Amino acid sequence: MIIFLSCIILFLIGLYAIVTKRNLIKIVIGFALIEYAINLLFALVGFRRGMLAPIITRVDMAHKFVDPIPQALVLTAIVIALGTTALMLTVALRIYSRYKTFDIAEIRKLKG
Amino acid sequence: MIELYLFLAFMIIAAFIATEIKDLLAAVISLGAVGFAVAIMFILVQAPDLAIVQIVVEVVTIVIFVAVIFRTTHIDETIGKKLTGPHVFSIVSFSFFALLFLIAVINALQELPAFGNATMKVASEYIRLGLPGTGGANLVADVILDFRALDTLGEATVLFTSVIGVVALIRSVGRKK
Repeated sequence: MIIFLSCIILFLIGLYAIVTKRNLIKIVIGFALIEYAINLLFALVGFRRGMLAPIITRVDMAHKFVDPIPQALVLTAIVIALGTTALMLTVALRIYSRYKTFDIAEIRKLKG
Repeated sequence: MIELYLFLAFMIIAAFIATEIKDLLAAVISLGAVGFAVAIMFILVQAPDLAIVQIVVEVVTIVIFVAVIFRTTHIDETIGKKLTGPHVFSIVSFSFFALLFLIAVINALQELPAFGNATMKVASEYIRLGLPGTGGANLVADVILDFRALDTLGEATVLFTSVIGVVALIRSVGRKK
């Protein structure tokens, strides 16, 4: 319970960066933090105490694994997070080359 | 499992530094610290596949961040500026909605199974059918490449779409001055 709440607090720090920061790079960092928090929450929900990683090493072994489904979903999400972060950073780079600032308040004032 | 709590405390501190520090390069390094702590936590919760992918993705992410910062600026001028009206409003509204969200989350977490006791309703079927059905020993690979292969196809679509977007934005040939 407390461990899940800690993940949510990490999520809220990312959301805080997105909502209140005025620097574009800080906003992208906020998105990355949210992605980490949610991936970690999924992996923690699928955890079972004292169980093994879901890889079958012996055919006759008793099936004592952690939940493989959250891990499969998170594997997809991590790769997608890389794609979105790269795209956001490229957009930030283009905005900087045009306005010479990362400050979103300044960018709104200039309006090109 | 005290080390999980220690790593989470470390991640929360590093995340807060990443959002508040003035030097953007230092913020990105703090973000990398959070990412590698996530990779170590994946190993601790028995998810080696996730740890491998997380380390690779983390390195690539940091490289892209540093490349962008080297081409632009590494000082965050907005830190330490006088707070304006919209900024104060965003902080106040964020605090209000974060509080509401926390109350909703605490109610929702009561429904989840306690940490360390995952219910294996769907997964037990995958574990039973995994080796005889697909021939793969790694159940995570079985799920993403066989049982839920369409999901992976969608992932590849999103990834390549974002690559097309990055290439279209970054190339300067044919761009009007």
